[in-house]
Amino acid sequence: MTLDRRNFIKLLGGASGLALTGQAVAQAKSAAVSAGSAAEIMPKGSARRVVVIGGGYGGTIAAKYVRMLDKSIEVVLIERNKEFVSCPFSNFYIAGLMPDMQALTIKYDKLASNHGIKMLHAEVTAIDPAAKMVATSQGRLAYDRLIVSPGIDFMTDGIEGYDAQTPEIFPHAWKAGPQSALLRKQLQAMKDGGTVAISMPLMPFRCPPGPYERACLIASYLKKHKPKSKLILLDANPDVVSKKPLFVKAWKDYYKDNFQYISGQATKVDNKTRTLVIDNFDDYKVEVINLIPPQRAGNIAVASDLTDDKKRWCPVDAVSLESTRHKDIHVLGDATLLPSDGPAMPKSGYSANSQAKFCAINVVALMNGKPTAALSAINACYSGVSETESVSVSHVFKLVGGKIKVTATAVSPVDFSLGKIEKAYGESWLKNVLTEMST
Amino acid sequence: MHSFACAGCHGTNGGSAGLLMPSLAGQSKVAIVGAMKKFQSGERASTIMGRLAKGYTDADFEAMGEFFSKQKLHATNQKLDKALVKKGAALQEANCSRCHLDDGKDGKDDTPLIANQWLPYLQVQMDMYLSGTRKMSEQKAEKIKPLSKTDLDALLHFYASVK
Repeated sequence: MTLDRRNFIKLLGGASGLALTGQAVAQAKSAAVSAGSAAEIMPKGSARRVVVIGGGYGGTIAAKYVRMLDKSIEVVLIERNKEFVSCPFSNFYIAGLMPDMQALTIKYDKLASNHGIKMLHAEVTAIDPAAKMVATSQGRLAYDRLIVSPGIDFMTDGIEGYDAQTPEIFPHAWKAGPQSALLRKQLQAMKDGGTVAISMPLMPFRCPPGPYERACLIASYLKKHKPKSKLILLDANPDVVSKKPLFVKAWKDYYKDNFQYISGQATKVDNKTRTLVIDNFDDYKVEVINLIPPQRAGNIAVASDLTDDKKRWCPVDAVSLESTRHKDIHVLGDATLLPSDGPAMPKSGYSANSQAKFCAINVVALMNGKPTAALSAINACYSGVSETESVSVSHVFKLVGGKIKVTATAVSPVDFSLGKIEKAYGESWLKNVLTEMST
Repeated sequence: MHSFACAGCHGTNGGSAGLLMPSLAGQSKVAIVGAMKKFQSGERASTIMGRLAKGYTDADFEAMGEFFSKQKLHATNQKLDKALVKKGAALQEANCSRCHLDDGKDGKDDTPLIANQWLPYLQVQMDMYLSGTRKMSEQKAEKIKPLSKTDLDALLHFYASVK
């Protein structure tokens, strides 16, 4: 144990400790880049400017709606990638139910040209709230208001042995793209008879029903293509945290012969022997490990002091999503911590979409000296439980006394009587939400 | 501004790109308010819509109706069987036009605008009417009963084609 711990620390200090300490990496990069490209780019003219960081479910919508609401405000959207791959529905791809990631992928060109958004494909390395500047791999640029939609990064310090190579061996596939492709490839390459494990973290994390949907769809894949294989879901939570009656029904009715649910937390991983240790006790030596580590706000939010004392999520005002830590900076999507009266908004794509809109409305109001408005938000989320059936959960949120409050929530009927039509509605949802983000 | 949140499923400003989701852009206010109240009470069957409707007030529905009725009708671009469109065009006058006014671009009372909606959306709704999941008015039932399945599908093709 002591030796392992020492090796662990050694790795941390080494050049390969990259994935371990996102914050340290971001800070190191920030120092390197601000020294290398301190030159100001896109100098601000007379127009007021909103800079948006992150071109995902939240950032694209915030950028678009600011422009839709006030054409006199210049908007720059900074995103490191040329394409965005949706996490929602990527479990269908992983389980071989989509030929490729085309239906999950959007580009930014039409969004930019339709709304006059200036795209900047660069890595954000630092935010300077006092000077109101954002440092990027391309240079620095000024903002009047900044909207940060950074998504999540991983906290792997609690998993002994987790290093930069681990996600290449035990993919998390919790950011869609190459990681999803890797997990799918591993499942397909596995011999019939092999065991698969999904290890999921304690709440809160991105997409609460996601790991359970993944369990259903991978179990469905195994049942059909590798009938001698088994799947174990290792849940760090004491019990199922989302759509419980629906997932439990699917496991019982469809996957009882090849699926097992176990409550337990991943505490150690061994890349070489392909072993996962749960609660410092049980060893699981399995062929494919989908290790989803605990999560926090994206690196840039942590490095820029937008997170709370625990350095995990970003506290914001519930009306405008303005950071309570730094003025003129708004944070939305998975990274936020909204004050809530009752259950929090789930960290979902739809939540980010909804938040981006009331953030945009209030950013524009604040820039125009108008009063902010307490708005409502929706979350709707579909999960596949088999090849042909999906189930859903939905919420309406309103702002009551400065806090987010659920005014209605429900899940699909437990008999799956709507399963087939909800599968089709889910596909229409994906088409609409991705079209909204990309046009 | 409640209406911005609807766009995740119904498209920006209610212009739907998803084949099973109706466009709300340009829909009449009275139809939207009427539909939302029926979703809320459960009188109109749904999956998610009725569950969400419970989170809003009548005043919210009015605001939604106001917003969407002012948006420009969303033009869908869909491949349709021309023969069926033609057949539907011949049938609509005698069978549907008393309520679905102006080729479905207008509606009597709270009859929704159905012109240019996605064909799969219209087909799912018709299946729900025929199975009894969605209730029909007496006048509608009277018109629909004598029509064959092909006639009905032709009518849906016609309305989907109207720009």
